[in-house]
Amino acid sequence: MNEIPILTLTIFLPLIGVLFLTLIKGQPNFVYKTSGYVAMLTSGITFFASILILLNFNYSNPDFQFTEQHDWIFNFVNYKVGVDGISLTFVLLTTFIIPICILATINSIKNRLREFLIALLLMETMMIGVFCSLDLFIFYLFFEAGLIPMFLIIGIWGGKRRVYSAFKFFLYTLLGSVFMLISIICIYYDAGTLDVEKLLNIQINLDYQKYLWLGFFASFAVKTPMWPVHTWLPDAHVEAPTSGSVILAAILLKMAGYGFIRFSLGLFPDASVYFAPMIFILSIIAIIYTSLVALVQKDMKKLIAYSSVAHMGFVTIGIFVFNKEGIEGSIFQMVSHGIISSALFLCVGVIYDRMHTREISEYGGIVNIMPKYSIMFMIFILGSLGLPGTSGFIGEILILIGSFKFNYWIAFFAAIGVILSACYSLWLYRRVVFGVIKNTKINNLKDINKNEYLILIPLLVMTLVLGFYPSLVLDLISSSVDKLTNNMMDYTKTSDLFK
Amino acid sequence: MLELQNIFPEIFLTLLLLFLLVFGVFLKDPFTLIKKITISGMLVCIPLVYLNFDNQILIFDKNYSINIFSNLLKIIILLSCIFCLVFTGQYLKRINLEKFEYMILILSSTIGMFVMVSANNLIGLYLGIELQSLSLYVLSSIDRKSLKSSESGVKYFVLGALSSGLFLYGCSLIYGFTGSANYLIINENFSIDNLGLIFGLVFIIVGLAFKISAVPFHMWTPDVYEGSPTSVTAFFALAPKVAGIGAFIQILFVAFNEAFVEWKSIIIFISVASMLLGSVAAIGQSNIKRLMAYSSIGHMGYALAGVATGVTVGISATLTYIFIYVIMNISAFTCILFFSRHKVYSEDIRDLGGLSKNHPIIAACFCLILFSLAGIPPLAGFFAKFYIFKAVIESEMYILAIIGLLSTVVSAFYYLRVIKIMYFEEEKEKFDEISGLGMKLSLAITSFLILFYFISPSYLLNLTDIASKVFN
Repeated sequence: MNEIPILTLTIFLPLIGVLFLTLIKGQPNFVYKTSGYVAMLTSGITFFASILILLNFNYSNPDFQFTEQHDWIFNFVNYKVGVDGISLTFVLLTTFIIPICILATINSIKNRLREFLIALLLMETMMIGVFCSLDLFIFYLFFEAGLIPMFLIIGIWGGKRRVYSAFKFFLYTLLGSVFMLISIICIYYDAGTLDVEKLLNIQINLDYQKYLWLGFFASFAVKTPMWPVHTWLPDAHVEAPTSGSVILAAILLKMAGYGFIRFSLGLFPDASVYFAPMIFILSIIAIIYTSLVALVQKDMKKLIAYSSVAHMGFVTIGIFVFNKEGIEGSIFQMVSHGIISSALFLCVGVIYDRMHTREISEYGGIVNIMPKYSIMFMIFILGSLGLPGTSGFIGEILILIGSFKFNYWIAFFAAIGVILSACYSLWLYRRVVFGVIKNTKINNLKDINKNEYLILIPLLVMTLVLGFYPSLVLDLISSSVDKLTNNMMDYTKTSDLFK
Repeated sequence: MLELQNIFPEIFLTLLLLFLLVFGVFLKDPFTLIKKITISGMLVCIPLVYLNFDNQILIFDKNYSINIFSNLLKIIILLSCIFCLVFTGQYLKRINLEKFEYMILILSSTIGMFVMVSANNLIGLYLGIELQSLSLYVLSSIDRKSLKSSESGVKYFVLGALSSGLFLYGCSLIYGFTGSANYLIINENFSIDNLGLIFGLVFIIVGLAFKISAVPFHMWTPDVYEGSPTSVTAFFALAPKVAGIGAFIQILFVAFNEAFVEWKSIIIFISVASMLLGSVAAIGQSNIKRLMAYSSIGHMGYALAGVATGVTVGISATLTYIFIYVIMNISAFTCILFFSRHKVYSEDIRDLGGLSKNHPIIAACFCLILFSLAGIPPLAGFFAKFYIFKAVIESEMYILAIIGLLSTVVSAFYYLRVIKIMYFEEEKEKFDEISGLGMKLSLAITSFLILFYFISPSYLLNLTDIASKVFN
């Protein structure tokens, strides 16, 4: 198995699909149909390739596996990829979500479908690349290159204020990333290599580490997004087409969480310990503030977007308590949020495609007309607020345990967030699904069709399976997280805060 | 005689120029034929330069240097001239400007640029600059019937003459205090304590900064870019910039190597100012040529940031940057030359509305180029900027790096604005179908290079690295 460069193949398979997509010629109708098939096929093969990696993956090995290395730029950048448990989890999440996105796209996008699919597949390559890269330069390359397709997705197929949102998304992210670029170059200057495996064993001087950490933080904080630089996310979510929102929520935000775990903790342990209190404060503000903001939203997508910010606040708390429960919980929460929030956006997409409005007040009483849809929607809403039995519960409880071990107050504030999330989610559900039908248009709605089932069922299954059998993910990440937390122990010991 | 063979490319181009000047007069319809001869002449000239590629010699009593650095720049200059001629044929025909003098002027300015990058002597450099500039003055006002073109020619000439005067004054100061115009002797006799020499250095930098339109000597650029015929604008944005940067490096690293601390701060200031102004001032522009003018001002700022490091890594980064800059501008201007409706060339970016629907391929290429100009990975423009900032940070100039990278974010805004108009806005009337093979070819080649540069970036980097070692 080792002879075949399976990781590189997985990363670049979508690009082959892009090549085929550009070559399709003929009647518009023909192009429309074939491009859908080609994209589905490509993303399906990519998914199987990633499953193949999983099957050959050694669970007990905490180090990087399937590594490949080639010379690339002149003596200072190598093309190096590899996965450990943590990255493989995200790779699987990506390859799982993308086919669903493509299906959703084929159902709802009528205008320039082929270009949309090209952008989606390009995104897939970039995102898998981010999770696999073991060289900071390659990481940056993939991290940034994803901006171009996402900018076009929001800008071309978005809603009314799409131009504003696309610009805001692009410029915010770019602004954050340039600081990371400076840090990366500084690391090269200081350590003489950009190889992540080597860098993990190199000690960087503490004062220098702080600046470098801040550089990475600038980029990841925008991408996570953390309060106060979260404002691009609601705009981008609201204006992006459904599958754009799904990618944003499910995978793009996770790149930042992954970055925190892999790079901030791995490369700058001292600085991470030093800055942890700042992260806690920002995350707690994010959890409580954005939950309150979510309560008053009138737009469904915006509400879910704000809830994403709150959920990501949990994730950052979990990462920076540096214990096993916290980090495992964060990773689990990211996976679970990736699945549930995509499902919620798709659910909103389902009724948006019928009613062409996202205003909550336009709905009400759809349970009478769309019972099957209401059940689906309910399960995902319950997952989002962390009901036991859904995947959302496992992540939240692990993070709460982790933070409780570390400090009661942080756990206390985080728990307030859990209550608030129940408030806004259930209230959203009540207003949309229950009540009397005021809007006469609702009477003409049809329940979900086969295609929509096809999209939502896999997500539903994953939500429940992970809720009942979390070891599916936890076993995969356990040894890598162990290694990371053992490593962090040496640094937390010296800090007063973590005694 | 032994020395003359080393400047064979220059001699070849001069003979070609003289021959074509006479030959053109006797022809009835000289334009197409002369264009073809010029292009093939320049193509022939590339192997001629390549013949002596890794020679490193000083000829004419050490007043003229032939080395891998100048040869590399000469090849870049030749390439940009060839592309320029290839993609402008259709344009000149469509605006009835088929004058064969156009080619003659480009040839003569090319010779001037060759002298600029090779000169190892202030007089030689001055002659090169003047030969280049005088041709450019005439070129910019070649459309005699257009008021704007004539105006831009006059404006360029007056300001250019002023800067040449300053430059010459600097030369005379240097000559007076060191007793020679030769770079090597200047370097030997240079003493930092001598205020006259520092003044001379400043004047020389001012003169050269004017030629590459770096802030604060950039004022002519937007007007001249806008007024000149678009093909001439393209030429302005390409070859003279290469030659200017080449002359800059040559004079700073050979003649004023001793005064590194003095010129470093000046270059840093010029570089920062150019980056900032180039990114901020372009935001309000709606004329695509003016936008490209500010964009090129900004790009010169980045190129100079590499020079400001004062080390060979920086020179190598600058050379790489310049090469990629040339490629990007060739394709950008090729795209701009596609934008005409009923033989009227549109320069307002709002005219590009919905280009992605009417002309998807051109729109895709232009989009790619704009992302590359903005420095978004994985396109070539990103690598160019990356090398520059790597060199800058390795020289521990963190503030310069931060300002530079922040201004890329600002400049991303106006490049995105053009993309927004092409992709997000309602479509307008279609542009004319232009069947020029040359334009399509140059667009295809350059877009390909921009998109796939990342596959093998080492080749160019290796080359520029060797070239920069000349100044060790």
